[in-house]
Amino acid sequence: MCLAIPAKIVTIDGTIAKVDMMGNERIVSIDLVPEVRIGEYVLVHAGFAISIIDDESAKETEELLLEVAEAYEKDQ
Amino acid sequence: MKKTSKELMARASILLTEIKSLAQSPFTIMEVCGTHTVAIAKNALRELLPSTVRLVSGPGCPVCVTASGDIDRYLYLAAQKNVLTATFGDMIRVPGTEKNLQELRAEGADIRVVYSTQDALELARQNPDKEVVFLGIGFETTVPTVAVSLEIAKREGIKNYSVLSMHKVVPPVLKLLAEDKELVVDAFLDPGHVCSIIGIEPIKFMAQDYGKPGVVTGFEALDILEGIVMLLRQRAEGRSDIEIQYHRVAKPEGNPQAKMFIERVFEPVDASWRGIGLIRQSGLGIRGEYRLWDAVEKFSLPVFDSRETPGCRCGDVLRGIIYPTECPLFGKHCTPMKPVGPCMVSTEGSCAAYHRYAQRSVD
Ligand code: SF4
Repeated sequence: MCLAIPAKIVTIDGTIAKVDMMGNERIVSIDLVPEVRIGEYVLVHAGFAISIIDDESAKETEELLLEVAEAYEKDQ
Repeated sequence: MKKTSKELMARASILLTEIKSLAQSPFTIMEVCGTHTVAIAKNALRELLPSTVRLVSGPGCPVCVTASGDIDRYLYLAAQKNVLTATFGDMIRVPGTEKNLQELRAEGADIRVVYSTQDALELARQNPDKEVVFLGIGFETTVPTVAVSLEIAKREGIKNYSVLSMHKVVPPVLKLLAEDKELVVDAFLDPGHVCSIIGIEPIKFMAQDYGKPGVVTGFEALDILEGIVMLLRQRAEGRSDIEIQYHRVAKPEGNPQAKMFIERVFEPVDASWRGIGLIRQSGLGIRGEYRLWDAVEKFSLPVFDSRETPGCRCGDVLRGIIYPTECPLFGKHCTPMKPVGPCMVSTEGSCAAYHRYAQRSVD
């Protein structure tokens, strides 16, 4: 239940943001990370961004996730 | 494409080599969080680790630790006329003493699965003639999202929205585990997302007072292997600290804004954990200022003193005393399609995780 997925902030309108979640567009609330900026990565849990993923590791995270996704695809 | 997965394997094998060289003598690690349990089962990590490293599952599946009395209580509420129950999907099939939400829905109760508390609020706005109740189950990761919904309901004056708070917090149950004489755990993989909210301060006592080191760990196979390496290194160096492996997300101070929301809306209360019992100050009740949105107050809900399902060893599974496969009902009378206990219902429940990935671990 504590599952959370990384996503990139695309637009911000008040406390609502549009994000890119591994290629899918989603709307999330940013009440818990009000300082977030467009282009930053956040971790999304139950429709809310709960944490900002720090800059240096954001790319690494994306790469890691893509690698993992690919590895799974190969598996199946 | 081939190359990336090769690189991934290479990184995993470096970590496994280090684990093997550090784990000369037995070392038992509890993964506190249900999301870890799933990741470990899915990647068959238990099978990859040397026999000296034992991984046991902990009480970190919020649905699984919800007491039978709380389940019967929300079922009672969901059956009331005029109530629209909004819930996360994993609770739909959790068995109460007599039935579950799915069966209630078949009988005509209005029960909707929502993805977020924002969806639940929206249901309240769209159904002014109904009482929308959100079933609040979850740990510190989820609680701030519920707190925000209560803030919005108060601010916008959405009077037909309320929350039944069965939320729990992690530090008190960790303390109980550290003091449990039956349980022999050397170290903890701490929950990455809970700690991204609360930070590490509230769990430092585990390392400092109880000598149980912990590493706040992420949820990919490589994260978990690295978390295990970090714990083994602490042992080799004779240290007991709380460290962060999942530094890309979890900061030592957590998320101050989220903590502020929790503080403002909720207060610590005693809470019953399934199979474990009452743990002082381990639950979160809704503060008086938000009384109008507290389902317990709004519906004058009675307390249910329900028995746990006979034969279900969920409590022992949640404390890491037995593996799910050691429960006599596992896989026979109790399966994900026909669950006896909550540990088999939630996708994050240890029993469900073991069952789903059983074939692989038998190989
Ligand atoms: S296998 Fe079923 S009955 Fe046994 S502990 Fe798990 S949930 Fe309970």
